[in-house]
Amino acid sequence: MKHIISILIENEAGALSRVAGLFSARGYNIESLTVAVTEDPSLSRMTLVTRGSEDVIEQITKQLNKLIDVVKLIDLAESVHIERELMMVKIKTTGQSREEIRSMADIFRGKILDVTPTSYVVEMTGPSSKLDAFIAAIAPDSLIEVVRSGATGISRGEQGLHL
Amino acid sequence: MELNGAQIVIQSLKDEGVEYIFGYPGGAVLHLYDAIFQQDDVKHILVRHEQGATHAADGYARATGKPGVVLVTSGPGATNAVTGIATAYMDSIPMVIISGQVPSPVIGSDAFQEVDMVGITRPCVKHNFLVKDVSKLAETIKKAFHVATTGRPGPVVIDIPKDITDPRIKVSYKYPKKVTIRSYNPEVNGDKEQIKKAVELLLTAQKPIIYSGGGVVLGEASKELINFAQTLGFPVTNTLMGLGAYPATDKQFVGMLGMHGTYEANMAMHESDVIIAIGARFDDRVTGKLDEFCPYAQIIHIDVDPASISKTVKVAIPVVGDVKPVLKQMLELIKDSKKKPSKKALESWWNQIDQWRAVQCLEYDRESRLIKPQYVIEQLYQVTKGEAYVTSDVGQHQMWAAQYYPFDKPRRWINSGGLGTMGFGLPAAIGVKLAFPDSDVACVTGDASIQMCIQELSTALQYKTPVKIINLNNSYMGMVRQWQEFSYESRYSHSYMDTIPEFVKLAEAYGHVGMRVDKPEDVRPALEEAFAMKDRTVFMDILTDRTENVYPMIESGKGHHDMTLRVAPGTSTDRELA
Ligand SMILES: Cc1cc2nc3c(=O)[nH]c(=O)nc-3n(C[C@H](O)[C@H](O)[C@H](O)COP(=O)(O)OP(=O)(O)OC[C@H]3O[C@@H](n4cnc5c(N)ncnc54)[C@H](O)[C@@H]3O)c2cc1C
Ligand SMILES: Cc1ncc(C[n+]2csc(CCOP(=O)(O)OP(=O)(O)O)c2C)c(N)n1
Ligand SMILES: [Mg+2]
Repeated sequence: MKHIISILIENEAGALSRVAGLFSARGYNIESLTVAVTEDPSLSRMTLVTRGSEDVIEQITKQLNKLIDVVKLIDLAESVHIERELMMVKIKTTGQSREEIRSMADIFRGKILDVTPTSYVVEMTGPSSKLDAFIAAIAPDSLIEVVRSGATGISRGEQGLHL
Repeated sequence: MELNGAQIVIQSLKDEGVEYIFGYPGGAVLHLYDAIFQQDDVKHILVRHEQGATHAADGYARATGKPGVVLVTSGPGATNAVTGIATAYMDSIPMVIISGQVPSPVIGSDAFQEVDMVGITRPCVKHNFLVKDVSKLAETIKKAFHVATTGRPGPVVIDIPKDITDPRIKVSYKYPKKVTIRSYNPEVNGDKEQIKKAVELLLTAQKPIIYSGGGVVLGEASKELINFAQTLGFPVTNTLMGLGAYPATDKQFVGMLGMHGTYEANMAMHESDVIIAIGARFDDRVTGKLDEFCPYAQIIHIDVDPASISKTVKVAIPVVGDVKPVLKQMLELIKDSKKKPSKKALESWWNQIDQWRAVQCLEYDRESRLIKPQYVIEQLYQVTKGEAYVTSDVGQHQMWAAQYYPFDKPRRWINSGGLGTMGFGLPAAIGVKLAFPDSDVACVTGDASIQMCIQELSTALQYKTPVKIINLNNSYMGMVRQWQEFSYESRYSHSYMDTIPEFVKLAEAYGHVGMRVDKPEDVRPALEEAFAMKDRTVFMDILTDRTENVYPMIESGKGHHDMTLRVAPGTSTDRELA
């Protein structure tokens, strides 16, 4: 099953490579990884998407917690949460297909950021599965470029991940 | 107090109570060596190879429980230390390794003797630091010792660029008494509810066994383990790393478990209904085939490291905490409980265990005209009255030392279990001897292993650390040969060296005493003579039966109940090798 693990980690050089190194050394897979500094400049927040059996996920969270730089983490899959990913897609489009792409972007609540006589850049946010669905709906040979940020997430309700 | 970076390092070590630094100089640490030169409080032991420094510091740490300290230069000095760092990491040994680094401004430019030490060691340290600011140096050193010695111990690297130790730059120095790291708070006491559940299960057990490991040694909980086991009357087995934590000569001890453990220990594990694992990590040498591991047992597991729990074997009742306080709490609950372990059940369990013991799985051919390695270890035990510190290398000799030298005290048996590092034994013995100059220290080694750090014989002379080297010389990489015999139809591919040095001459060349023993009747007197030479390092080259194998054995892919026993004393030995 897919798990979104949110990590608060010391904002220090090398912290990211400790996490990445752990995954490669122990043979866990990383589907995506995003990092940015938080409102507290001494901390970064990392969101990591991985897949595995319950046993594997348990080891992953234990091993992550063992890293000295990791302050706190949660597995968002354990609670109700919101997942968002940002995507930008460059699509080759001329003539009739321009209208089609535009309405498709509308249906998915996408925005067109850039227009040339032969292409569009569409911006879209949502759960990763929605972005997958949009890509699946576009003819593969018209896709010039797909850029995805990787998922981030936050739990619903009052509770939050902080010190 | 105003000090420069180099002085801060040495003063911090002094304030931390460090007795010895094991090290080797080079460009990036010259400022540090100059600071060492100007004081006498922290003694520096100059090794002959950085790997030797790490193993010596490691041996010191294992014997004393105090962190071992290493100092190496950047580049090749640092990479030479990596094997020893990984060795300590696998066995959870507290160490602090200080490596020099090229000056901060040139980091990343492929400068002379630059390697990314923090990057290289990341997977084999508990934590590492790159110091970027001299004013943070003392605090970083304090943090390193704190991390290395608390929770599940382990090695910590501090990489210090040369400009940080510049003698011209002075800052105010104060060694912190305490540090806190907000992201690091190992659990100590254990969860009360979990402890209660564990005790309830223990008291209903019919066929219980205590499986204890290195965590009991690391957690200084030998006394608590003995109380716990003796109050319950349960059998105790130890891992290779736990030997000595429970007295091997006690009747409740059933020997080591695992691949080369005793028949009775492995059978008891296999048949048990309740296992309590105490500071042990279900290593694959211990479990054998996982699908067949202890099929009838409910398992309780005490460990400070949550990641050790249910890593390979699922357990019913995990208790995350330090063995010592957790065992104390369990013992109190047991004593207060109205329920007592079933006498009847325990009696029939012990009867069963005695039947397994009757197999005498460690018997060997005592009539042989060749020197049996097992006999040498038994004699070593007698000559040293069971009181020696015994280090070992890796191979058959290591297993024989573990099987035939019954350790009654923790920290006496010093070997590389997790990484299995050949070359560990001699430098480790030097580290132990420095810590305990009045005790007998023996290094049980093999003809191949000893050659991996033989250069440390020179260190042993310089610092007058009279250890006794017991080289069980079978002219083979015996352990490799044994596997080739079992699994490769005796195709002995490269497990033999055509030229083995004359160890006696070699020892003499290094300024030590060399002895060669080739008859069984000479073993005892030679050992007595060697141990009587209190102030000399003695290299005993003992020519043993080349064909001897380690038994019993769980062959790869098999379970605990499926041990290969020695066929019958005499029949599998004294034969020509193909
Ligand atoms: C050639 C060879 C053959 C081997 N054959 C065998 C064999 O037959 N049998 C065998 O047992 N081993 C054998 N080994 C060793 C094996 O590889 C492992 O090193 C060993 O089994 C691990 O021992 P352990 O489980 O006690 O764990 P250790 O590596 O000692 O780990 C200690 C555990 O205790 C925990 N811990 C540490 N401190 C505390 C504390 N204060 N409180 C609570 N928990 C704590 C740690 O988190 C860890 O989980 C062999 C090795 C070699 C090289
Ligand atoms: C550094 C290192 N290289 C290789 C090995 C693999 N290995 C394990 S035991 C062994 C042979 C050891 O031979 P020796 O020291 O003579 O001991 P014996 O088994 O003969 O007692 C080897 C090569 C190892 N454990 N460590
Ligand atoms: Mg050998």
